[in-house]
Amino acid sequence: MSTSLSGPGSTQAPGREPVGSRPPRRRTARDHAPITVTGLAVKVVLLGLVAGIAIWAAFPLVEAEKWVGLALLAATTVGLFYLYLTRRHVPAKYLVPGTLFLIAFQVFPVLYTASTAFTNFGDGHRGSKDDAIVAIQTASVKQVPGSAEYALSVATEGDPATGPLVFLVTDPATGGVSVGDADGLRRLDPGEVTVAPGGKVTAADGYTVLTFGQSSARSQEITELVVPTDGGALRSAGLSRAYEGKAVRAYDAGCDCIRDAETGRTWAADESTGSFVAADGERLAQGWKVGVGLRNFTRVLTDDHISGPFLGTLIWNFAFALGSTAGTFLLGTFVALTLHSPRMRGTNLYRVLLILPYAMPSFAMLLVWRDMFNTDFGLVNGLFGLSVNWFGQEWSARAAVLLVQLWLGYPYMFLVATGALQAIPRELTEATSVDGASPWQSFRSVTLPLLLVALSPLLISSFAYNFNNFNAIYLTTEGGPFPADNPTNGATDLLITYTYRLAFGGQGAEFGFAAAISIFIFAIVAVVSAVSFRRTRKQEEVYA
Amino acid sequence: MRIRTAGVVAVFALALAASGCGGDSDEPATKESPQAASGKLVIWADDKRTAALKPFAEKFGQENGVTVEVQAVSKDLQTNFVTAAQQGSGPDVVVGAHDWIGNLVQNGSIDPVQLAADQKSAFNETAVKAVTFNGQLYGVPYAMENLALIRNTALAPEAPKTIEDLVAAGKKLKADKKASEILCLQAGQNGDAYHIYPLYTSAGGYLFGTTANGDYDPKDLGVGKPESVEAFKKIGALGEKGEGALKRSITPENSIATFTGKKCAFLVSGPWAVADVKKAGIAYDISPVPGFAGGKEAQPFVGVQAFYVASKGKNKALAQEFVTNYVTKPDLAVALYQAEPRPPALTAALDQVKGTDPDLAKFTEAGRNGQVLPAIPAMAAIWDPFGKAEAAVIGGADPAKTITAAGTTIAGQIK
Repeated sequence: MSTSLSGPGSTQAPGREPVGSRPPRRRTARDHAPITVTGLAVKVVLLGLVAGIAIWAAFPLVEAEKWVGLALLAATTVGLFYLYLTRRHVPAKYLVPGTLFLIAFQVFPVLYTASTAFTNFGDGHRGSKDDAIVAIQTASVKQVPGSAEYALSVATEGDPATGPLVFLVTDPATGGVSVGDADGLRRLDPGEVTVAPGGKVTAADGYTVLTFGQSSARSQEITELVVPTDGGALRSAGLSRAYEGKAVRAYDAGCDCIRDAETGRTWAADESTGSFVAADGERLAQGWKVGVGLRNFTRVLTDDHISGPFLGTLIWNFAFALGSTAGTFLLGTFVALTLHSPRMRGTNLYRVLLILPYAMPSFAMLLVWRDMFNTDFGLVNGLFGLSVNWFGQEWSARAAVLLVQLWLGYPYMFLVATGALQAIPRELTEATSVDGASPWQSFRSVTLPLLLVALSPLLISSFAYNFNNFNAIYLTTEGGPFPADNPTNGATDLLITYTYRLAFGGQGAEFGFAAAISIFIFAIVAVVSAVSFRRTRKQEEVYA
Repeated sequence: MRIRTAGVVAVFALALAASGCGGDSDEPATKESPQAASGKLVIWADDKRTAALKPFAEKFGQENGVTVEVQAVSKDLQTNFVTAAQQGSGPDVVVGAHDWIGNLVQNGSIDPVQLAADQKSAFNETAVKAVTFNGQLYGVPYAMENLALIRNTALAPEAPKTIEDLVAAGKKLKADKKASEILCLQAGQNGDAYHIYPLYTSAGGYLFGTTANGDYDPKDLGVGKPESVEAFKKIGALGEKGEGALKRSITPENSIATFTGKKCAFLVSGPWAVADVKKAGIAYDISPVPGFAGGKEAQPFVGVQAFYVASKGKNKALAQEFVTNYVTKPDLAVALYQAEPRPPALTAALDQVKGTDPDLAKFTEAGRNGQVLPAIPAMAAIWDPFGKAEAAVIGGADPAKTITAAGTTIAGQIK
């Protein structure tokens, strides 16, 4: 041993001489980390990136006048610069980037989901009350019956970019040109205007007619310009036509309601549901987002349609997650043990072949498997001469999805089990055989426990992953088969696919409700994981 | 060791920083728009239409001195549009199916458009009706689509007049080993409400009643009513335990392929299937979907593709101009037809292309009695339960029990 060390050591000695010859310097270098060119470059680049991102993010915040966000951004940036430019706080240098990303990509989404669960956020209730009022009023602008369609030119008396806008409109019946602004319409002398064949005014004395480019720069002002007339008001329909329209419905702040001018019907604002409701219960489609307290949570618990099949789905959900994990673990470990045997030949080839299912995108494989289980055209029935409607019956559908999971998942377990097996010293199993244990006893009492110590955390994470394995179900059976009398809950539905259907399958998306259910699922998975980790720790204490 | 750890941390930090940038990369696009709002029109469409729209959008831009940007949104265009519009980062114009209107209106995402009377009359009447919602015109239609019966004329030279004729012809082909399936009408394990609808109407069923002004009435739900039970009995008789013409193994994925593979002589599908059928070199003809003997006419859904003006767009005046005065020109409709052969909604454009494409007139004929696909938000509650009821009945479940349960579920989901 000593000779082999001194061999290469002596050949490298000249190169190491300068470092070794100055031991005191080396000691100080260890206390204050040396400033290397690479280290400095990395620091400059990373801090530069931070500054760049901060500046890039600051502009929109300033524009949107989000001062709290801007203060937060500035504080974070200054904090990061301080941290990495001082020589102190070394542990924080390691912890802060991870913590920042944790906050941005984990904590914030979780808090956002949790807060959404207490609102009615979803289709029809996305924006504020003002948004809803604007939408209702805009949607109710109707062309005054029998009114004319005018040719329109947008013009100004001042500068095309800033001057006050007017509409130059041509009456199709008379050919007369009028100028309109917020005060109303005034006829123009025909001698002062030039009208193109289509009726559009191309020039008028005292006015500058805006080109499309100039007009579109002031798009919002044009859309908002309303020229009052006797019957209603002239509004633009694009940049070359105007029509006489009238908003039939308007918001009345006095009664906090929407009033229909034609029918006299009113819809009163209901702040608890975020919608305008008429006396007979009719609701306007455009609503707004309000807090609903615990209503989403109580709905999960009290609605028979939801809580009724919940237990059955939960049991199958556990069975699916356990079955997927256990199946892949058993098969993966078995294959790994087989290939671990020193008598096995061509292990590398086998390993490559076994890894293949893992290397293919599971998304595509799930779809391929779905087609392979087709009753009339599928490979499975074709190969075995069967005519089983796999996805049409409860138990065959459940078996089929577990089979697909097994095929997709065992290479992963095989990989990690192979790794774990190679870490178990052969001396241990050799010792058991010396003591006269059978291969099974040796596996049972030595290999398996050591394997489990390494694999238990992976099994728990695999369980948690499969518990919410949306794709595995949605891309194969879509939760089916469904009982004839209940199209909302199928035999292979997991909680996640079931709730997806509840929250997004009906009349529009209900994000608030979906968030509430995902909190329930989170609670279930968290409890299961916590219990399992606690048991694993005990197990590790036993075997360690 | 310490140096190596530091290196790993640095690499990780870089990777994370990079992924952080990547995750936010759609932000700059949204932030650009307010600054560039001056003369810019942003259009969102799906992949196919984006390619067809681009040259026209550029031409519109050049003619009018503005920039027009057509952006392809390949997945979940409607959802993405609603979400982006809410945040104020959406486009000015969006292109999509007319049955989105109900949802887009309830979210305040689109504005009504005003077409002159002569502009309106240039369109197919059904198409205009489809984009009319609550008495307002919400989009400018450009193409229509509906189901028809496509048949392999080598196997079935005569167009069947009734479903019974079709089943008899299909059974004979099956007995002669010329085909393995009677009919390719996609159902799948969870059913397909859109494709079964012609048979459902022929057997007397309906989805929504209509109000006095012709709009669909979500309060009058036809699913679960006695008519629907009768209709599902007839559909069940064609199913796996009956004639075997309707099967759950015919899925949206394999239906057209089974037809082009000459395993069935009849395919119920739309204009989108024609390209595959042509490619397979099959001699085919198109006729209306036949109804039950002695029943009502089979009415397929008529869907319309349309341009909408986003209510929170940055450049609404220009968007209105583009949609009302530019999309209404036949040239654009023809170009969009060439990108994907669906019958144009503009009568002038249809006349222009139907000479070179006889299929168009046949599809239009098949959709003559069609019903406009309901655009009311309540329709979203129909698809899933109705399809599943269909699948269950095809598989032999009791029609009365199944469709009543579906009706209860749908009614419970309609707000």
